[in-house]
Amino acid sequence: MTFQHILFSIEDGVALLSLNRPEQLNSFNTAMHLEVREALKQVRQSSEARVLLLTAEGRGFCAGQDLSDRNVAPGAEVPDLGESIDKFYNPLVRTLRDLPLPVICAVNGVAAGAGANIPLACDLVLAARSASFIQAFCKIGLVPDSGGTWLLPRLVGMARAKALAMLGERLGAEQAQQWGLIHRVVDDAALRDEALTLARQLATQPTYGLALIKRSLNASFDNGFDEQLELERDLQRLAGRSEDYREGVSAFMNKRTPAFKGC
Amino acid sequence: MPRYLDVQAPEHGVRLITLQRPEALNALCTGLLTELASELEAAERDEQTRAVVITGSRKAFAAGADIREMAERDLVGILNDPRVAHWQSIAAFAKPLIAAVNGYALGGGCELAMCADIVIAGSDARFGQPEINLGIIPGAGGTQRLLRAVGKPLAMQMVLTGEAISARHALQAGLISEITQPELTLERALHVARSIAAKAPLAVRLAKEALLKAGDTDLASGLRFERHAFTLLAGTADRDEGIRAFQEKRQARFQGR
Repeated sequence: MTFQHILFSIEDGVALLSLNRPEQLNSFNTAMHLEVREALKQVRQSSEARVLLLTAEGRGFCAGQDLSDRNVAPGAEVPDLGESIDKFYNPLVRTLRDLPLPVICAVNGVAAGAGANIPLACDLVLAARSASFIQAFCKIGLVPDSGGTWLLPRLVGMARAKALAMLGERLGAEQAQQWGLIHRVVDDAALRDEALTLARQLATQPTYGLALIKRSLNASFDNGFDEQLELERDLQRLAGRSEDYREGVSAFMNKRTPAFKGC
Repeated sequence: MPRYLDVQAPEHGVRLITLQRPEALNALCTGLLTELASELEAAERDEQTRAVVITGSRKAFAAGADIREMAERDLVGILNDPRVAHWQSIAAFAKPLIAAVNGYALGGGCELAMCADIVIAGSDARFGQPEINLGIIPGAGGTQRLLRAVGKPLAMQMVLTGEAISARHALQAGLISEITQPELTLERALHVARSIAAKAPLAVRLAKEALLKAGDTDLASGLRFERHAFTLLAGTADRDEGIRAFQEKRQARFQGR
């Protein structure tokens, strides 16, 4: 499958997925959804990819749903928005959260609607200084989707989550970082390079262990303390059987640099 | 030599049967069912075997029956279907049967899991009876054991819509006994099997029989059966050993007598 609405490559352990409909601020239509889905499937099946970097082309990151793809003309049949959520948005954020490798998101510009929430499903979010997050749903009578209502209060607290979701105001990258919504702010011109550097660096790390860390932290929101302790035990059991663990201990004991393989 | 199964004895007293038909997500064709029934009969006869674990692959426990085979059978063919006898034999297995379920347990796969006494499932397992989508109904206990396990509303919903449920839902409904990380499902099931294999075999056998009675008899008869089984065990050497070991704070050494 050749891609028209995204750029996709796997190199040096880094899968790079860039949304590529810059004229439409990388908003999602069905065709782009299908390509993103196919690319993520390839990431999952690839034995080479150890880190995923999600970003976008042009001045915006993602403006959410392409509204021109929706028929809401007067007299038209009432659209079932749940259908596209079931079909596309929910599987997308689930896949990002469940991918057994670290997912970095480089937010290069405005991130609105679903586009503001997709980064939240990733593991490490970097944003350009000029980037912003807008829970635009409330402006057109909708509810934040793609996991926004679940992730926002957990990341920034209920008071700020409600203000963001009900006022739909622009949240600048620096404020987003101060609030704990994202990991780091980077100068616009340096964003792509910094994100790639981080991705390449992570791709040399024990990525299987990182995937287990991701799994345990993601699960912590749902679990009670006891359940989480049991999960830690089980995941540690798995981590302890990895080649990377053996390599890590051996390198430490022999005072050399470990060569991790991600398994 | 079995074609569709891998049979091992990973530890003392435990037999592990792995369904191996990866090209068809372990769909239960007649050949596979035949082998499975005969393996269980062999395990039943083998005195060394105290518990059996049955599992599939990471992706599918068993994704249903073999549709192509089913399509070839007409009314008379189905009337004389040899699989009915295999299912009866599987369900009648008298030793503890533990299913380690990862991925899909659909149709016949779900029915097979329900034939097990204990079901341990990976967190991403899915259970369902999609037969209705093909214009048929479950034919190996899917309407009977499912209702007894999860109650009428959920059983009706699953059988009439064909929609599958998650491991978490299955646990909540009582279809399975435990959820674990998918990579650890088999290990956990083997651990449970090992634990059972270390108990007094006669007590295990009668306990299983008594528990199954609860599902298909009235309470008074069930209680009567339980009492008789309880009394029977009073005549065994293992009972004396079990009680003595407990009093002496040591590990019991059971001999199946």
